[in-house]
Amino acid sequence: MRRAIERGIEMIFAASGMVTTVVILLIVAFLFKEGFGLFKSPAVEKGYALCVNADNPVEFISAADIKKIFNEEIEGWVPYRFDGDELSEKYEEEQFAGRLGEIIAETPKILAFIPEEYLPRNVKGVKILSGNTVIPKDFFLGKEWIPTATPAPQFGVLPLILGTLLVSLVAIFIATPLGIGVAIYLSELAQGRVRDILKPAIELLAGIPSVVYGFFGLVVLVPIVQRTFNLSVGETAFTGSIILAIMALPTIITVAEDAMRSTPRAMREASLALGATHWQTIYKVVIPYSISGISAAIVLGIGRAIGETMVVLMVTGNAAKMPSLFDAVRTIPATIAAELGEAPFGGVHYQALFVLGCVLFVITLFISITAELISKRQHNKGL
Amino acid sequence: MNIIEAQDINFYYGDFHALKNVSLNVAKNSVTAFIGPSGCGKSTFLRLLNRMNDLIPDTKLTGKCLINQEDIYAKKADVDALRKKVGMVFQKPNPFPKSIFENVAYGLRVNGIKGKDFIQNRVEESLKGAALWEEVKDKLGRSAYDLSGGQQQRLCIARALAIKPDILLMDEPASALDPISTSKIEDLIYTLKTEYTIVIVTHNMQQAARVSDTTGFFMLGELIEFSDTKKMFLNPDKEQTQNYITGRFG
Ligand SMILES: Nc1ncnc2c1ncn2[C@@H]1O[C@H](COP(=O)(O)OP(=O)(O)OP(=O)(O)O)[C@@H](O)[C@H]1O
Ligand SMILES: [Mg+2]
Repeated sequence: MRRAIERGIEMIFAASGMVTTVVILLIVAFLFKEGFGLFKSPAVEKGYALCVNADNPVEFISAADIKKIFNEEIEGWVPYRFDGDELSEKYEEEQFAGRLGEIIAETPKILAFIPEEYLPRNVKGVKILSGNTVIPKDFFLGKEWIPTATPAPQFGVLPLILGTLLVSLVAIFIATPLGIGVAIYLSELAQGRVRDILKPAIELLAGIPSVVYGFFGLVVLVPIVQRTFNLSVGETAFTGSIILAIMALPTIITVAEDAMRSTPRAMREASLALGATHWQTIYKVVIPYSISGISAAIVLGIGRAIGETMVVLMVTGNAAKMPSLFDAVRTIPATIAAELGEAPFGGVHYQALFVLGCVLFVITLFISITAELISKRQHNKGL
Repeated sequence: MNIIEAQDINFYYGDFHALKNVSLNVAKNSVTAFIGPSGCGKSTFLRLLNRMNDLIPDTKLTGKCLINQEDIYAKKADVDALRKKVGMVFQKPNPFPKSIFENVAYGLRVNGIKGKDFIQNRVEESLKGAALWEEVKDKLGRSAYDLSGGQQQRLCIARALAIKPDILLMDEPASALDPISTSKIEDLIYTLKTEYTIVIVTHNMQQAARVSDTTGFFMLGELIEFSDTKKMFLNPDKEQTQNYITGRFG
């Protein structure tokens, strides 16, 4: 009887473990499935197509080039944008396709942007660029993110990826030394009473919702950054980094401090009994002993920084351009949060945002794996 | 010459009076054993000799303790320097999670010794001194945790020997060991005596009788009797000592 109950409990735990794992895997699969339709979607606005003269050998034009051609930044092309009002002065609607066909056939260097319903199909001298999809190279290396541009929306995620990395890495570079410093202070140096007050206070900070931090950043930090660095606006990547660092600190401090305190007293005593000073004991025994806990603390901190949306949306100026530290930037999570609501369901923009989600997932995965490897190596080196 | 002179020492853990008016002298290059029932204050006394009790919050000490004629609890006393002079082997083996070599080299490194050859030689010498060299000479790079309990304890002894202290404090160094490892450690104490002053805590009467020159008997924080080991075991002054030694309590 007793055994049967125990077996039952074991099975419940095993099942819940399995279900959780499967659900998480399904979420990841969903993310990737929704996203990767993107690279089969046409690069031009939905409902339109591109045509060129049949003598033109070109088969593919990237979204960035399309934009340049229509902005007349590339020589040798004649951009043509469908204009219904102009055409209807002389032609009936049924004649549109025919007229467009003529125009294209007459102009060797034309690049025409035409609604699908007026496409001059099967007209001699007209070539429809049907294989013109969004390609990964443009997506990952493109430097412009303008999802609503016509004729071709620009989905270059490089500025967003770099923006995310810049803001989070600077945040971590600020938060790590501070956090570990405070953790050392709390675990090794602080008097019992100071510690008993400080530790719960810091733990409390971890629970404050991020909008509140964002609000603080906007009202207090933005003007300070603006004045200190003499900028025209204070909403910069650096401001975001500072706020993220402040937000990551409580996590880093509490996790690292717990790890350090778990160093057995016997280890500290062994070190001190050999004449090591307090500091030597801290960096030669306590830190190596708790290194995996400390790196877990940093990874959790990075996780918080990279995934954080609200705060960066509020204080970084939210401009999707190639990032620099004292300029406005935009991160991946902020982009997804700001744009998913207005992106038509299932459209290119929607898919692009899902791919952004995948990119974010891969970045965090990469960071966790790196941290894992580093802490393993540190641990082995300690031996 | 007395290397340790304890004068009228009282020690408190908070309100708890753990050592009561303890006075004793330890001669240089002798082996002193402390015996007594569990909780009587043996470890407490041992740990005040290298100021390990400083780590425990809310403790208080009165009285005087001189080592090499210097008051180790004086305001200007250098605790780190004291601990280099007074090595300690703990009740439970506590090697660092480092290699065998690094465990022994640790005390040298924290004392700023850099010479590679010097460290190498001292590590070998210390491991030989702790009768461990033959067993580990081919695997100095392996983790200390791969050693058996007895080997770990001898590693901790080697680690303490590496900085060449004047005094070696050993708190039940053989309590977790098998008879063979125990006798190895006893032999070791015998040989170490020529160079070091050894103070050992033990629950094993035979061991105290075998290795020590002088024995102290503690009970409830008091040093009941402190005399020549032979005399203590053959003809103790106090009845309590007699009872304890013959196993009537404790
Ligand atoms: N950190 C501490 N805080 C409070 N009381 C302590 C502490 N360490 C020891 N004591 C108390 O002091 C007394 C002496 O302890 P001590 O460890 O010196 O005993 P011992 O003689 O070494 O015993 P054992 O043979 O069991 O190791 C005991 O009653 C113990 O409960
Ligand atoms: Mg003890």
